[in-house]
Amino acid sequence: MVMMTEDPTTLVPELALLGGAVLAVLVGAWTPRRRQGRVRVLALLAVGVGVVATVVAATRPPSTTFDTYVLDTTTHAVRAIVLVAVALILWWSRDAVAAHPRESEFTALVLLGGLGAVLMAGACDLLLLFAAFLLASVPLYALTGWAKSGATTEAALKYYLSGAFAGVTMLAGTTLLYGAGGTTGYEALPGGLATGAAGPAAVGLVAVLAGLAFKAGAVPAHFWVPDVTDGTPPAVAAVLTTIPKVGALAAMWRLLLAVPDQIVPWPLLVAVLAALSMTLGNLAAFAQTSVLRLLAYSTVSQVGYVLMIIAVGARAPQALPALLFYLAAYTLTNVAAFAVVAAHPARTIEEFRGLGRRRPLLASALVVSLLGLVGTPPTAVFVGKLTAFAAAFDGGMAWLAVLAAINTVASLFYYLRWIAPLFRDEPSGSADGIRESRTARHGAVTAALLSLVLGIAAGLVLPVFVAS
Amino acid sequence: MLSVVVFLPVVVALALAALPATSRPRRYTVPWVATGLVQLALVAVMWRQLPAGGYGFVEQVAWIPSAGISYHLGVDGLSLPLVAMTVVVFTAAAVWSLREDRRPKSYVLLFLALQTVSVGVFVALDLILFFLFFDLSIVFMYFVIAGWGHGARARSAALTFFLYTFLGSLALLLGFILIYLAATPHTFDIPALAAQNPLAAGGPVAGAALLAIGVGLAVKTPLVPFHTWLPPAHTEAPAAGSAVLAGVLLKMGTYGFVRIAMPLLPASWRQFAGVVVVLGVVSVIYGAMVALAQTDLKRMIAYTSVNHMGYVLLGVGAAGLVAGSDAQARQLATTGAVTQMVSHGLITGALFLLAGALHDRGRTYDMSAYGGLAARTPRFAGLFAVAAFASLGLPGFSGFIAEFQIFTGALGAAPVATAIAVVGILVTAGLFLLALSRMLLGELRFPDAPGTPRPFPDLRARELGAVVPLLLLATLIGVVPRFLLDLIEPAARVVNELVSR
Repeated sequence: MVMMTEDPTTLVPELALLGGAVLAVLVGAWTPRRRQGRVRVLALLAVGVGVVATVVAATRPPSTTFDTYVLDTTTHAVRAIVLVAVALILWWSRDAVAAHPRESEFTALVLLGGLGAVLMAGACDLLLLFAAFLLASVPLYALTGWAKSGATTEAALKYYLSGAFAGVTMLAGTTLLYGAGGTTGYEALPGGLATGAAGPAAVGLVAVLAGLAFKAGAVPAHFWVPDVTDGTPPAVAAVLTTIPKVGALAAMWRLLLAVPDQIVPWPLLVAVLAALSMTLGNLAAFAQTSVLRLLAYSTVSQVGYVLMIIAVGARAPQALPALLFYLAAYTLTNVAAFAVVAAHPARTIEEFRGLGRRRPLLASALVVSLLGLVGTPPTAVFVGKLTAFAAAFDGGMAWLAVLAAINTVASLFYYLRWIAPLFRDEPSGSADGIRESRTARHGAVTAALLSLVLGIAAGLVLPVFVAS
Repeated sequence: MLSVVVFLPVVVALALAALPATSRPRRYTVPWVATGLVQLALVAVMWRQLPAGGYGFVEQVAWIPSAGISYHLGVDGLSLPLVAMTVVVFTAAAVWSLREDRRPKSYVLLFLALQTVSVGVFVALDLILFFLFFDLSIVFMYFVIAGWGHGARARSAALTFFLYTFLGSLALLLGFILIYLAATPHTFDIPALAAQNPLAAGGPVAGAALLAIGVGLAVKTPLVPFHTWLPPAHTEAPAAGSAVLAGVLLKMGTYGFVRIAMPLLPASWRQFAGVVVVLGVVSVIYGAMVALAQTDLKRMIAYTSVNHMGYVLLGVGAAGLVAGSDAQARQLATTGAVTQMVSHGLITGALFLLAGALHDRGRTYDMSAYGGLAARTPRFAGLFAVAAFASLGLPGFSGFIAEFQIFTGALGAAPVATAIAVVGILVTAGLFLLALSRMLLGELRFPDAPGTPRPFPDLRARELGAVVPLLLLATLIGVVPRFLLDLIEPAARVVNELVSR
């Protein structure tokens, strides 16, 4: 039986993120522009506190706090993934944001976005889920427009409009589910839905899923992904395509498992979304010449693989570790790929020519992260894909696993299109006067290394993700 | 000890990575040769100490226990000859590359990494570990072809190679997952799966698993109709890359049949052995016929690889035709198939290196551009003739031992198929004799770059040092094959017992 508590100390990781954000705004306001670095140090300290608290909390048995927030393996894992991602991005984005007029705002917004993502993953009540959705959205709208150039303003508007639409849909879905089930809490929801009307329940669930699909960047709510990724600085794009995704996908998992699939046949729905996401994301990525748009579509297709795990969530016992591991692996790999883009001023594939000669380590990091996104052993995503395929087969969705395998091969094509020019000779005279970011380079190498380590140490990590 | 053999090249590569990229080529190539020689010495020790039955030098460490994956290495009579062949071919490639001056650092580091994963494939006793090495071999080979290929089309050839073989490897992975899910408890461990035989009853799941694994291995082998990546990849790859690709990487496919498909899916293997035999014979005939029509020397050798791998498939397919043959014939066919893998690695490695020597001098592989070379370059002509005769299966060379055993073993079970396959030998004999007469005999002619009449020198010491040992070994196996067959036969018997249970 799950313990109930109302103990605020169980929420230290969330409070650390919140406190870090508040401190960032306050300290940032009273610090001269040249010394804004201390804000980042404070934020990293807050994240460190959050990580320690997460590790401590993970040793306790699962419980529910304030009736609406679950503390279990999923929450702990998402906390850890988001915190690590936030720390990595804050660290390697230093060169890009240092001495920027809104430096401390960047830090605060990233922390708040991370807080929203964690809350989405832990929420076991539709109302809290919606509040968390807003918390993961509003700061990120602001973050999208942070750089305040023409492209970012357009991206922010696009993100905001689709987000507002998704939010309204989600709220309507929440109302319908409440009407059908008579409750917003996940624990009582199955009982309520069993006696309520099935039609409104199905529509409501689909509407809530639509909101979460927007946050996850999954088909059919993926239209914002390429424009926003391409229009914002790589550090912001890395946040937007990683952190809310992790929270939204974990939230989807939690919500769907609370709805019996006899009432709403959601496994098939999610499976179709998974198939569409991976296929459309891949097809759209083929023709891209901008590396940011290519990465954007690659994130859409990656969501498809995660949705495949969620589709068999109720039927395959190993789906949960597969899901959490995939999220962790994807986060590290994706952050590494964006860090490479941030480290180098090139924005088209052609401009990456000769990087292998000039910056062998950075080029290796890119190769590791791109082959990692494909799922080449021994990177972390390989183990993620392996467990995902096994779960899909086990859950009776072999067709989806085969489709995922075909998509994996197809994805090779555009990742290789990016890798190939790295080792070609660069056009003469282009290497002079290039502004590179040192911290982003270090961040890229670190994240790529971490993704390798996670893949090799999968034996130690996977058991941790098994539901306790 | 096995881990040392596998990972020694990577350790050396890491040490070499510390050297500045501007160092002289010898700084990298000499340690590479030395690495190969040390590995050879270790393999020789293992060869002497290999236990009579079961796996030797086993190492097993839990890796991802919750997914049934372990780091499990071991050698037996099937894998040790291939490990030895792999190290020999790589060392020959290293000697060949002693004077490589195009980005020698990355070149040597890549080959050392490739050396580790190639040895790793043959000693892995866990499906995922096998897949890991299998996949990484594709990645490293891609960079070799794309980075050091000859022509403008090298990159597209490399891409074709990568996409094709990677697709195959994913099919392989799906098949592995099917076997994994069928086993209780779920495991990827090859000996455990062979003992458990989870798909003993056959049926659609076992058939699907065999289909997926078969397609994956057939692409790598390559079997007709999955061979289309091979000729461009070979034509564009540098000489040492071609030698390794044909000598070692193709064997990963055929080895997979003996190590994985046959012992883990015996029921389906018996059921579909006829299909395997037919595929093998089609590859034999098709490879030989297309090779006959080539004017490009490297493409011709590449297609003879398709032909030679067809014999291997004929052998392993015949081993599955339990009903029509006795145990001894099936063992003969399996032994022949493994011998053929070793033999083909040595001979084709030598042929590709010789083709590379020709390209270094004449800048083309077009056979019609050369003539009368026997008078001008007697060493080259002699060695090329020896390699060609070895490749067409002349008695006294390893190819004869292998093909003779395959045909003898397969004749009882599949007489028609075997009779057709023998025709393949005739065609290869014809095409090699044709190539010899075109290039070595007649009026002296060789391509001449406009305005620069260059000499056309004979093979140098470095080239001899790479090619001669390969051909010597092929001859040694052809004349006194017992030292090799004594190792393979017990392991082949075990495989056949696993298939026929």
